[in-house]
Amino acid sequence: MKKILSASSLTTLGAISLLAQAPPAAPPTVADLVPKIAAAQSAGDNAWMLASCALVLLMTGPGLALFYGGLVRKKNVLGTMMQSFILMVIATIMWALFGYSLSFGDGNAFVGDMRFALMNGVGMEPNTDYAATIPHLTWMAFQMMFAIITPALITGAFAERMKFSAMVLFTILWSLLIYYPMAHMVWGKGGMLNAFLGGTVPCLDFAGGTVVHITSGVSALICAVVMGKRLGYPKESMRPHSLVLSFIGACLLWFGWFGFNAGSALAANGLASSAFVATHFGAAAAALGWILAEWFQHGKPSILGGISGCVAGLVAITPASGFVKPMPALIIGFAAGIVCYFAVVKVKAMFGYDDSLDAFGIHGIGGTLGAILTGVFATKEVNALKDAAGNAINTGWVDGNSGQVVNQLIGVAISWGIAIVGSFVILKIVDVVVGLRVTSEQETMGLDLSMHGEEGYNLEA
Amino acid sequence: MKKIEAIIQPFKLEEVKEALKAIGIDGMTVTEVRGHGRQKGHKEVYRGQEYQVDLLPKMKVEMVVPDSRSEEVISALSTAARTGKIGDGKIFVYEVAEAIRIRNDERGESAL
Repeated sequence: MKKILSASSLTTLGAISLLAQAPPAAPPTVADLVPKIAAAQSAGDNAWMLASCALVLLMTGPGLALFYGGLVRKKNVLGTMMQSFILMVIATIMWALFGYSLSFGDGNAFVGDMRFALMNGVGMEPNTDYAATIPHLTWMAFQMMFAIITPALITGAFAERMKFSAMVLFTILWSLLIYYPMAHMVWGKGGMLNAFLGGTVPCLDFAGGTVVHITSGVSALICAVVMGKRLGYPKESMRPHSLVLSFIGACLLWFGWFGFNAGSALAANGLASSAFVATHFGAAAAALGWILAEWFQHGKPSILGGISGCVAGLVAITPASGFVKPMPALIIGFAAGIVCYFAVVKVKAMFGYDDSLDAFGIHGIGGTLGAILTGVFATKEVNALKDAAGNAINTGWVDGNSGQVVNQLIGVAISWGIAIVGSFVILKIVDVVVGLRVTSEQETMGLDLSMHGEEGYNLEA
Repeated sequence: MKKIEAIIQPFKLEEVKEALKAIGIDGMTVTEVRGHGRQKGHKEVYRGQEYQVDLLPKMKVEMVVPDSRSEEVISALSTAARTGKIGDGKIFVYEVAEAIRIRNDERGESAL
């Protein structure tokens, strides 16, 4: 998922600098120009990456907070938004103290070490292992935004019934035991699944199909099963209290996702544009897929279906966005819209678990589908795997490397395994320490009043 | 004195107000309510989950009028609120024992 400045852009920049600085005296030498060119490249890349950092944060707050907040009953709107917001606080502080280091310190094949703890050695100079043209701080911040949104995605599964203290403890342990190791394995230097930095099983995951969406989505399923259903589910009406909020949230997610995926190019380059286009195509095709499926099945195309589909498509295109061409992005998106629709509408009803806001149906299933299809459609024309000598080799099945699908399946299986076992253990620990669920009185009253002592809508005030 | 209570379709409120104004009825109390009679509600589907929504939004219009005017008011109300379709609502008429104007303790029909 990383690209360093290309030779052609060097030459172009060099030529421009030469023209712009027509010398009054002796012409500048190449040696004079090299640092200036590097500085120009760094300025461009860093501008885009800082914007991308902010875009990804926007996905959690207010994007996800609004998307989920609108889907719950109005007595739980603040409690649900708080679950996203508190991660912007806690995940950030954990990341600063040790999370970044455990994810991206060299460590071993499974987890990082403590070399970057307390931001030690994380400064304005680039970390050339990860992103050679932007400050190490920018790379750290970009990755931090992923560590924030990933646990926030899970909150959709246990919405409307988890104690706030339990949610906080769960997400702290979840980040430690699941997110940091997964991020290290797939993206960290020497991680076992890292396709570019010495992994033994090169799994392609451009922006987080396995690390973000499978881990969060599958953990969400475990949460829904272990915590049990909401009181009254599915007999009582649990209609979303404001699809208007959800609509705004979903559109902010779509917007922010350009930072998530195109930002994962780690530079303002052609690969970023490629990922940007794939992301957008995937989202649109998935929204169409879900809308059509629903239209045929229920006779009406719904706005909730449209926004659910677009999120499913964004999830599925995430691992593929930096490896596939635009037309496969449409296919991946459309498939995600249809498959996630059936996961949410049919599979959930068949098994009867209360994944309240469909974090599993959308992120778990969409992420899995996307990770597998990445192996199918990845091509060296977009972003190539390299052999030991650094030459581009066939990347996905469309290039003739069918083995990549197997590597993807291994990555998927490891992500599912870690998420299932890890989440189950963490939930049991949290249950013993603070108890998972609110009391039935508190649940009936709503999380806003019972957990936070405030209400979302004081219209008579 | 009679209290006339009409449950009507929300979109008919303006017409009803106009009709009452036209026959000189100035005072009324309007409340947003929800309910259903024979009109069945509708189905809503959210991600495949179906909900039967049977309490529909209605407007409740209440006024107290002299006995002599009650039929006239009822007829103006029902004409204005009628679409002829199921769900148009109902009118209920009650006897009122007393009316008191809080400002000056005036009583009876002159307090209306």
